[in-house]
Amino acid sequence: MLALSGKTALVTGASGGLGRAIALALHASGAVVSLSGTRQDTLEALAAELATNVHVLPCDLSHKEAVEALVPAAEAAMGGIDILVNNAGVTKDNLFMRMKDEEWDTVLSVNLTAAFRLSRACLKGMLKKRSGRIIGISSVVGVTGNPGQGNYAASKAGMIGMYKSLAAEVASRNVTVNCVAPGFIESPMTDVLDDKQKAAILARVPMGRLGTGAEVAAAVVFLAGPGAAYVTGQTLHVNGGMAMI
Amino acid sequence: MSDVAERVKKIVIEHLGVDADKVVNNANFIEDLGADSLDTVELVMAFEEEFSVEIPDDAAETIVTVGDAIKFLEKTTAA
Repeated sequence: MLALSGKTALVTGASGGLGRAIALALHASGAVVSLSGTRQDTLEALAAELATNVHVLPCDLSHKEAVEALVPAAEAAMGGIDILVNNAGVTKDNLFMRMKDEEWDTVLSVNLTAAFRLSRACLKGMLKKRSGRIIGISSVVGVTGNPGQGNYAASKAGMIGMYKSLAAEVASRNVTVNCVAPGFIESPMTDVLDDKQKAAILARVPMGRLGTGAEVAAAVVFLAGPGAAYVTGQTLHVNGGMAMI
Repeated sequence: MSDVAERVKKIVIEHLGVDADKVVNNANFIEDLGADSLDTVELVMAFEEEFSVEIPDDAAETIVTVGDAIKFLEKTTAA
């Protein structure tokens, strides 16, 4: 019997590197997973890899109607949602003075508003069941800030405040709500950096290396599992020591 | 007691874990029956399910006593 046997999980942004790692880890721990994301072929490939206990639910989180249809679709596919992982996120970096309203709106809409709507939709089932885990993938920059990422940092800080509030609201119903805040993680985004850029990043990380998706996923599995039953309203930082908060 | 009233009271007794004799028409969920604000949301969800109706948020806000719930659901299910 695995830690998450019999549990069902919806993971957004599963066509990205981190979402993939999270989906793999939840699945390896025994959960049935619904993969949501924008790139259907990537989701299908991941589903083929997992073979069983997996559902593919493509969704563009920048569209309100699509967001609202996602939770009912996942509940129908899996018979309910025990674990919601709001992992989907986009960046539209720009210096504050040059940032367009659209760049702000897109990032807030996908990273924060969609997480709000999906969480709200999941609550009905979780409250009724008197159990549930909501996990948001925030970011170290939501706590430290980062030049060029006013919109992204706001969305990630917003997620932390939103989830602390929700955690307080639903704790009495045995639903826990937490964030995982990754630091610099290996991804297609970091793969394209040149050596000088990489060195500059690593100079800020006491551990001297980038993190892996699996290391972030392990934190998600912990928060989703029975061992974290008494952990709520927290932000678990997975950043190699680059910010000790 | 009407069928609706009976079903409403049963839900309230079960959900809030209160004595049946306290669940009277003028009992206020929060003040008299010890419900918290989340309980009131959950009660509305339970009524929706029991009676297969949708209770819009503005109507839900007017349901503060057992009698309010019975009245609303009698009206809605009769329509």
